[in-house]
Amino acid sequence: MDILFLLVPMSVLLVFALLALFRWALGAGQFDDLEREGERLFEGDPPKLDADQARD
Amino acid sequence: MASSVPAPAGHAVPVYDDGAVRLFTLAAVLWGVVGMAVGVLIAAQLTWPQLNFGIPWLSYGRLRPLHTNAVIFAFGGCALMASSFYVVQRTSQVSIFLPRLAAFVFWGWQLVIVAAAITLPMGLTQGKEYAELEWPIDILIAIVWIAYAVVFFGTIGTRKVRHIYVANWFYGAFILAVALLHIVNSAAIPSSLTKSYSAYAGVQDAMVQWWYGHNAVGFFLTAGFLGMMYYFIPKQAERPVYSYRLSIVHFWALIFTYMWAGPHHLHYTALPDWAQSIGMIFSLVLLAPSWGGMINGVMTLSGAWHKLREDPILKFLIVALSFYGMATFEGPMMSIKTVNALSHYTDWTVGHVHAGALGWVGLISIGTLYYLVPRMFGQTKMYSVPAIELHFWIATLGIVLYIAAMWMAGVMQGLMWRAVNPDGTLVYSFVESVKSTYPFYVCRFVGGLLYLGGMGVMVWNVIKTAQAGRYVPLRIPMGAALPSAA
Repeated sequence: MDILFLLVPMSVLLVFALLALFRWALGAGQFDDLEREGERLFEGDPPKLDADQARD
Repeated sequence: MASSVPAPAGHAVPVYDDGAVRLFTLAAVLWGVVGMAVGVLIAAQLTWPQLNFGIPWLSYGRLRPLHTNAVIFAFGGCALMASSFYVVQRTSQVSIFLPRLAAFVFWGWQLVIVAAAITLPMGLTQGKEYAELEWPIDILIAIVWIAYAVVFFGTIGTRKVRHIYVANWFYGAFILAVALLHIVNSAAIPSSLTKSYSAYAGVQDAMVQWWYGHNAVGFFLTAGFLGMMYYFIPKQAERPVYSYRLSIVHFWALIFTYMWAGPHHLHYTALPDWAQSIGMIFSLVLLAPSWGGMINGVMTLSGAWHKLREDPILKFLIVALSFYGMATFEGPMMSIKTVNALSHYTDWTVGHVHAGALGWVGLISIGTLYYLVPRMFGQTKMYSVPAIELHFWIATLGIVLYIAAMWMAGVMQGLMWRAVNPDGTLVYSFVESVKSTYPFYVCRFVGGLLYLGGMGVMVWNVIKTAQAGRYVPLRIPMGAALPSAA
């Protein structure tokens, strides 16, 4: 199973790359105001709110 | 790079560039019909082998990879490319990066599809599941894919909002992972233009193949379509995703876990036992992020469930998520070695794949296409909303028939194959299990035919919508972006 000497290190390297990316995202303030980011999807849309959407 | 149209005031107003989106949207509908029609044909061939007609180009062995490639990479691929180009522009509030390269991605991808449709029936194949295409086409795929990555990440790089919306993280992971998987798994030594030999041998090749095969499911058929889910469900429901925080957790948990689950495709083979066990454990762990994301998507409708009753597009999107939940529960269960001992090599696996393919990937794509098509032709909704409703019910009935038939066939085959007499001989010969499967194959054929029929309704609706309108470029809402711009 020599192939594991390629696949396992490659997957481990990938995990480190992903951790670095996560660290960047954290530092760049990507996660600073999360719930608002979900709502920004509707910016620029004509206002179209249902009555039940006034829940909070 | 923003393209422009003259504004009434006399200066150019930046607009979204949806040229490639429109082409990919229409191509997805076309390839959906083609790929599913081939699927129905091969389902019929399994039931009535006479339909092979003795013609090599129409034989099951050659058409089966054509079906899988057409539905995954042509239908699914075009839907992913259409939606990712649409979503990345809207959520970045910027026009697409290098629109000409985006057009190249479209035509290059169509060339790949046509090349596949010619070479696979000719019997030219590398023999690797979901990676059958021969090396010249593999190189073309790599070039087109890198161009796709440049356009997508270029658009993110030029975004006008600081935050990268969660859908783009999923699309981005899908694009990068598929590039890596494709290049490593397709490494081969050509012996002629139409024949090559894998760079790996024996069980090594099997391990690379299923590292690819599993992660192709994880990143092409899951992460990519989750990107779709996180944009189009909130948009169609007109409310933000239930928990944006959970969607971020979903993303990171999923991508850290998925890479390690591949060995579950090789239970009880020459793969070392410990590698099989690791694959099984990570598969079980995957249940958590998968269900977290599924619940997050469905709960977006919390407090507005009535929309599910009134809006057939939402029906497509939400029922897709429930199939995602079912398939991501079934998958970890099937990866448990004792369950796998029964299920492996039976039609249960085929049923599981199609719960994901018809239910999750198919329905979420169709819902997304119904959202995109009218917007690509300056309309607010499809020509006929009742026809969408009809499509939904035909498709859902087809899926239920298909999956239920394959579950029963699979469990029956597994039990028949393992049944032994007291003296240790097998109770059933293999052909007896094939014979017993016949009614389930008929049932599966009918299910597939219904699903294809739904696509027929969709084609009619798309043509009518396209005829009724013409494309109107949409203005980029610059003002909205400014307060939070970086």
